[in-house]
Amino acid sequence: MTALADEGSVGVITPRTVDFDEPLALDSGRVLPAYTIAYETYGELNADASNAILVCHALSGNHHAAGYHHHDERKPGWWEACIGPGKPLDTNRFFVVCSNNLGGCHGSTGPTSTDPETGHLYGADFPLVTVRDWVRSQARLADHLGIERWAAVAGGSLGGMQAMQWAIDEPERLRHAVVIAAAPRLSAQNIAFNEVARQAIRSDPDFQEGRYAVTGDRPRTGLMLARMLGHITYLSEAAMGEKFGRDRRGTAGGYRYNYDVEFEVESYLRYQGQSFVDRFDANTYLLMTRALDYFDPAAGHDGDLAAALSGVTAPFFVASFTSDWRFPPAASHEIVRALLDTDKRVSYAEIRANQGHDAFLMPVPRYREVFTTYMQRVAAEVGV
Amino acid sequence: MRSDLEIVASWVGRGDRVLDLGCGDGRLLRHLFDRRQATGYGLEIDPEGITRSIANGVNVIESDIDEGLSDFDDNAFDQVILTQTLQAVQRPDQLLREMLRVGRTGIVTFPNFAYYRLRWHLAVKGRMPMSHALSYAWYETPNIHFCTIHDFEALCEQLSIHIIEQRVLSHDYKSPLLARWIPNLFGEVALYRICRA
Repeated sequence: MTALADEGSVGVITPRTVDFDEPLALDSGRVLPAYTIAYETYGELNADASNAILVCHALSGNHHAAGYHHHDERKPGWWEACIGPGKPLDTNRFFVVCSNNLGGCHGSTGPTSTDPETGHLYGADFPLVTVRDWVRSQARLADHLGIERWAAVAGGSLGGMQAMQWAIDEPERLRHAVVIAAAPRLSAQNIAFNEVARQAIRSDPDFQEGRYAVTGDRPRTGLMLARMLGHITYLSEAAMGEKFGRDRRGTAGGYRYNYDVEFEVESYLRYQGQSFVDRFDANTYLLMTRALDYFDPAAGHDGDLAAALSGVTAPFFVASFTSDWRFPPAASHEIVRALLDTDKRVSYAEIRANQGHDAFLMPVPRYREVFTTYMQRVAAEVGV
Repeated sequence: MRSDLEIVASWVGRGDRVLDLGCGDGRLLRHLFDRRQATGYGLEIDPEGITRSIANGVNVIESDIDEGLSDFDDNAFDQVILTQTLQAVQRPDQLLREMLRVGRTGIVTFPNFAYYRLRWHLAVKGRMPMSHALSYAWYETPNIHFCTIHDFEALCEQLSIHIIEQRVLSHDYKSPLLARWIPNLFGEVALYRICRA
């Protein structure tokens, strides 16, 4: 593990879970009688619990944000680029918490859990959850961990939306909001992509109205297609071109004139889709994309985002990436504009990067530098 | 604090809401936040400047002021500040109008191209002048619209901008008698407080 530690990794991490008995009322009107949250922590909580940072995950993420579960694990957590000693979320200073969202499929209560009222798996019966529901459940996790106020709530993409919702719903419970590659709401195009992904899953004969756990035949093809579509939208055309161009699979001769994998990019997408099927639940994917569709804090204020943000007290750090066409800089700019309109403290960086939406997961040098600088400011404020 | 920035700071009222266009490393805003209890934002286009502004604890928005100030409502600020940047923008006339749309008053500082040393440089050496305030060679300069004190005042008149106060500094950031008498010849840096007429 020494080598990893030298490279600024948090090393081997053991996930934890916590059970909550108090019922949770959801935006949908339904109530979860009890639930479990899976989470990981990195770094040490200081004596007055002032150095805690909540990291919110994106669509297909989970609580494994940094480090490794085993010495021989091949890939680290999803935000390894930003969490660890000397990284923007510096675990020498901060106590970083990442929870698996409610409705997830990696340890928190979700479609793959047992419904205590029926004794069967929830499956398609798991209630739809919203970003606000996640904030409510994470606030209870904060109570459980003895954290009254986060030094920052941070996230990219759907995680950035959660950070924004935290600042709106629990203004007293976070000092800073870090919103990266996010949007104040999805565009019609984004909802359209989500709908195609959902239809791919729901029209798979093995989906069986979401009750696939009964037969054990999971909608593999549908979930794979959904993920392939997602992947296309997370990368930029330039990044795909650079990575694959029109490179062909195998070196021999001309076209094979069939529909097997002919181009490298096809091989990549199929691999990404197939490996996703092995680690993700179809009902969770439906639910997470729906939570994205529903997110729109301005909706309760006649579409006025500034009004929705008027009660915010946390300063914001907002960052976007030039080649991100899923959540483009213009979407982040809307958040900035609304914060300016209501006189909030905000800093904004538009980072030149060609990796598309996925840039927020990568060690882009300027991104790391500006993010690190902002978090040093947060550290100085809480005295760590 | 450089003496030109000291003068700018002295023009900012206690608790003013300020917008600093091309805020650089955010040093002026930091000073105004600390000493004048000012609030507000800096706009900057240079990535390095943005990072340093964040390090200085100011609110900085990555933004190209050549694209206007459409993020801000009319009269949103007490002061809109533009130090040593007028000469580097695409349309100084449009920016001045925008400044006084979003701000009650404006503060503008720029290098005076009619300064005697620059005249000397061009007249005698026949080369594009370089000085303290103009530290770039002609081929790498971000400055595209040099002007003189006379030019600036003429533009203000044309745009119906009222000059509240003017100061000039020589190359050592002092304010000698000569510069006060004949600013267009002996002033290297010009500082103006302006408002709508």
